[in-house]
Amino acid sequence: MNKIISKEYFSANVIKFEVEAPLIAKSRKAGHFVMVKVGQKGERIPLTIADADIQKGTITLVVQKMGVSSSKLCALEAGDFITDLVGPLGKATHIENFGTVVCACGGVGTAPMMPIVAALKKAGNKVITVLAARTKDLIILEEQMRENSDEVIVMTDDGSYGNKGLVTNGVESVINRENVDLCVTIGPAIMMKFVSQLTKKYEVPTLASLNTIMVDGTGMCGACRVSVGGKTKFVCVDGPEFDAHQVDFDEMLMRLGGYRDIEREENEQYQSTIKK
Amino acid sequence: MDHNEERALPWRDELRKSMKAKERTDIPRVHMPELDPEYRSHSRVEEVNLGLTSEMAMLEAKRCLDCANPTCMLGCPVGIDIPRFVKNIERGDFSEAAKTLKETSALPAVCGRVCPQEKQCEGQCIHLKMKKEPVAVGYLERFAADWERESGNISVPEVAEPNDIKIAVVGSGPAGLAFAGDMAKLGYEVVVFEALHEIGGVLKYGIPEFRLPNEIVDVEIQNLQSMGVHFITNCVVGKTISIKDLEDDGFKGIFVGSGAGLPRFMNIKGENLVGVMSSNEYLTRVNLMDAANPHSDTPVFKGKKVAVIGGGNTAMDSVRTARRLGAEKAMIVYRRSEEEMPARVEEVKHAKEEGIDFLTLHNPIEYVGNEQGRVTHMLLQVMKLGDPDESGRRSPVEVKGETKLIEVDEVVVSVGVSPNPLIPQSVEGLEVTKWGTVVVNNDTMQSAVPIVFAGGDIVRGGATVILAMGDGRRAAKSMDEWLRSQQ
Repeated sequence: MNKIISKEYFSANVIKFEVEAPLIAKSRKAGHFVMVKVGQKGERIPLTIADADIQKGTITLVVQKMGVSSSKLCALEAGDFITDLVGPLGKATHIENFGTVVCACGGVGTAPMMPIVAALKKAGNKVITVLAARTKDLIILEEQMRENSDEVIVMTDDGSYGNKGLVTNGVESVINRENVDLCVTIGPAIMMKFVSQLTKKYEVPTLASLNTIMVDGTGMCGACRVSVGGKTKFVCVDGPEFDAHQVDFDEMLMRLGGYRDIEREENEQYQSTIKK
Repeated sequence: MDHNEERALPWRDELRKSMKAKERTDIPRVHMPELDPEYRSHSRVEEVNLGLTSEMAMLEAKRCLDCANPTCMLGCPVGIDIPRFVKNIERGDFSEAAKTLKETSALPAVCGRVCPQEKQCEGQCIHLKMKKEPVAVGYLERFAADWERESGNISVPEVAEPNDIKIAVVGSGPAGLAFAGDMAKLGYEVVVFEALHEIGGVLKYGIPEFRLPNEIVDVEIQNLQSMGVHFITNCVVGKTISIKDLEDDGFKGIFVGSGAGLPRFMNIKGENLVGVMSSNEYLTRVNLMDAANPHSDTPVFKGKKVAVIGGGNTAMDSVRTARRLGAEKAMIVYRRSEEEMPARVEEVKHAKEEGIDFLTLHNPIEYVGNEQGRVTHMLLQVMKLGDPDESGRRSPVEVKGETKLIEVDEVVVSVGVSPNPLIPQSVEGLEVTKWGTVVVNNDTMQSAVPIVFAGGDIVRGGATVILAMGDGRRAAKSMDEWLRSQQ
């Protein structure tokens, strides 16, 4: 049982939680994730750690309301307890001074990018962050990103804030203007697929942090498997970060959709019960 | 008292002489009462074996000849005094029978249900030499353990005076539980760290309730708790805390029983299609996460045409689970013949009764999917048996050019597991084989890092509950000796 210390709405469906987890706060590094389960009959879902405070003994999680499990988590308030929380899991991001790094993130993927941007900056990199979302209200953590990046480029699909265009337009503008040594991308699978296609064209090495379906998160089930360079890898123990140019994103997208019908049904049921 | 002194006790002697050996061997072996196959193949959690009545157990116990050299004991990885517990059942002292079991086995109610008795105690029974069926040692073990639990008077083993020495256990599966029990008895302060949210390891996430009810595992765990063992869930040693953290925290010995957590796949075309999964995933969803329960948030596919690849106990558990979740056609696909199957004989028998199809001498070579990426067919290579391989079993050989395409909507791959890499990756100085198992001294279970002992599947790479328990017990004995020699 882990206590929620604070809850903050980034937007109607994107929520930031600060959760008591002193051991995880101490041992986590950029790129690590946790498994979260709400309720006795809850599902175990992976969430990347967005931040941690060793003194306070807390970690920060940013959650987007999507289906039953994320909705149940988002319904919790400060003072409530998360039934089960375990981590930090996965391999930490490999951080060194690469030179110039473009961090391309979209939507709720911005939260897990936060500690990576901070660590890259601390290691002496020139960090250019491309923040993308559908519309202005969905741009999150801009202030914190500006504090830790040399430059922040904001992209919105509808042009309501920053530049009009997709995350790839932002990344391409940087590649066209200066030498980029590394690109890191976190966001929806489809977004990462297009970022990867773009950087492959320009031969910019790229890391993608994958968020697949998991059950245990410790290597036991294999639900998270992806093809990387033609070999099957487990996102939970071999990842979550991989060479994006080697990842079979189409297969990953297909597998992510595997439970969609069952999940939709369960979510409709859940939404109808909470409305009553 | 050793076995011979026990055997010479007046009550044993009298009991032995009360019946002629011929009369004993003439009694037919008891049949385990079972749920009706048709009924149980739709009942998700009800246990198939119903257990023996007292009368049945006492009659079965009469079949045992109380041999001077009990070969059955040689077949038991933890060395249970089998004749003593059986003869206690014969004379009606069930409580003493249960106590006898607990002297050497931490989890008798579990072992009575899941041990491959036909390869162990029962496989060495004197009756076999007389072309008779062996004494049903497994059924009797289960009977005594269940009787004690149901009587409400569970004896808590005697615990030595606390010695204030802290011992950590990594993983709460059979190896860890057996180790924890023995160390607690010796007076150590034992803390078990479990990565999942439930205690029990494979007994909870792997073995289905229709074979091993969770309640039985929970009673065994409560028993350990009443002996003073502490359990901490949601804690991954090697991630949440390190071995060094444990040492800094004053732990003087660490036993790693983290299991064989990494499922193997066959690396064939289409294996990552939606609907193809490991038995670990399938069983974890259904057992640990209770996914088939409408109140559970975890989803699970309920395939109508389910193929399970493999011939072990996990494969049988998976295919029988699929049947219970509504599969009209549930198939075992196994590359050798039934004779080479590693599963317990009883599991194969139960599976057949429940309408499972056995496609032996078939091996999948490709899965085919539809445009959504869902599996729709499997392509099987027909096999035949060749010469024995290094496992001693006849090896499967392809019948060139003979394949079969079979419709499926779910495939569960159950072809074995590899050791969980978390501990080997995170402990410096640990010696690891190319298969990822931890190297230990086979007698002491001590690893290359002196404070770390290990046992169960992390050392063996995929074995049985009872072998894991045997490792845990051996490790406890030698860690105790090692710690004493340090003082």
